[in-house]
Order: sequence, then C-alpha cells, then structure tokens
Amino acid sequence: MTSFKENPISPNLTRRLYLSALGIFGLSSWFTSFSAGAKQPEAMEAIAKIVGSNAIKDGRVKLVIPPLVESGNLVVLKVAIESPMTASDYVKSVHIISEGNPLPNIFTAYFTPRSGRADITTRVRLADSQRVWAIALMSDGSYWQGHADTLVTLSACTEAV
Amino acid sequence: MIKTSRTGITAPANAKKDSIIEIRAIAQHDMETGFRYTEEGKRIPRDIIRLFTCRYNDEEVFRADFYPGIGANPLIIFTTVAAASGTIECKWTGDDGYEAVNQVKITVS
Repeated sequence: MTSFKENPISPNLTRRLYLSALGIFGLSSWFTSFSAGAKQPEAMEAIAKIVGSNAIKDGRVKLVIPPLVESGNLVVLKVAIESPMTASDYVKSVHIISEGNPLPNIFTAYFTPRSGRADITTRVRLADSQRVWAIALMSDGSYWQGHADTLVTLSACTEAV
Repeated sequence: MIKTSRTGITAPANAKKDSIIEIRAIAQHDMETGFRYTEEGKRIPRDIIRLFTCRYNDEEVFRADFYPGIGANPLIIFTTVAAASGTIECKWTGDDGYEAVNQVKITVS
C-alpha cells in the first residue's frame, strides 16, 4: 500500500510507454520493409552486367504492370518497345530486371526482324513493392530503358509449403 | 528419363501474308523458385523452365530465357510475321531434363 502511494501513476505510465513504444516499433518496421526491400545495388549490378560500358537512354521502352497488386505470385507484365522491326533496324533483346526480388533477373527475350513487333506479355513473380526495369538492346547497339513501379500487398516466395 | 508436361499454343489457323500474328504459349510447370522452404525448414530445390524457343518453318523467330521470377505455368504472348504456310514449333527446356515440344499449323494466304 505504501509503495503504491509513493508512485501512484507508475503502472499506468509504464503501460502507456510500452504501448507507444510498440506503436513506434510497429510503424518503423513497416517503413523499413517498404524501403529496405529494394535491393537496388543488386539490380544496378545486373543492369551494368548487361550494358557494360555503354550508355543507356531513357525512352522507347514501355513497361506496364498494375500499379497495385494483391498477390505477387502472378503479376501480368507487358513490355513494348518502339521499333520499325526491319532487317536493318530492330530490337535484339529486352531484359527485365527487378529491384526487390531475391534474384534481379526476371526474364530476357530475344527478338528477330521476323517478330513483327517487339511486344511481349507474361506473368511474373514480385517479392515486394518495387520498381521493375526493362533494358532493350537495339540492332544498332544502343540501349534504351523504361521502368514501372508497383505496390505489392502479398509477396511472392515467402510462404511455406 | 525426360520430364515433360502439358503445353498449349494458341495461334490463328489462317493469316494474311505479312500480317503480324499473336502467339500465346503456355506450359504446365510449377516454376519452383528455390527460395521456398518446407514446414520442416528444408529448402525446396530450384526447378524451373530455363529456355523457351519458337521456330517458324525451322527458322528461329523468338527466344526467351526464364529465371525464377517467372510465375507458375508460364504464359508468354509474343508476335511474329506470317511469312508462309507451315508449322510454328515451340520448345521449352528446363532443369532436371525437362523438355516439351508443341506445334501448330498455319495457313498463310
């Protein structure tokens, strides 16, 4: 009883402190998962491996993924590259690189002048909310890039079997 | 032993000469990433399709390398120019000796 009188508000205060600390902790983990999920250096390394010492120009590549994805397990990804696709001027290849997946490479497609259009649609896995890059190599040796951002609410490849 | 599975190609049966046609190719495959674990904490080994090629009358028109970032039952939609009547053949190869070949006939007028 005496000890209670000495410090009457302490149980309440510690509880409040505890709860607010919990709140901050919860929020911070939410923020870090948002930003630290992006393994940018790995993605940049993968891109550097593709282009070597060549410069990459922005444009000509249009990458489409839904801005908000409920499940990262199957995300429809569409990439289209502007090109006349003639025997002398066509798209050689396109590399799809992810910033937030355990492995940056998603897929690489190789075109020929007989492709008609440099246009592909496929379904990919996304491990986190992230930016996805498309790097295209033209027949003249120039590189072009495009990107798309997405929010993933349920990640791929974390669930157990 | 060669592992294989069901595959499907959707392409128009008839096309005008030099028109651009759309080909949809799908393969039944889990595309196990190699990043997943069982409940006992054992890592499930990677088992994916690595390479997809499409040949039109024995000439390669499209090729793609797959990584674990491709979803299960990979569907790929691409285009080609309808040059001549003949066959469009798609081939999937992957880990553990996986191989699947499928073809469709096309009439070009």
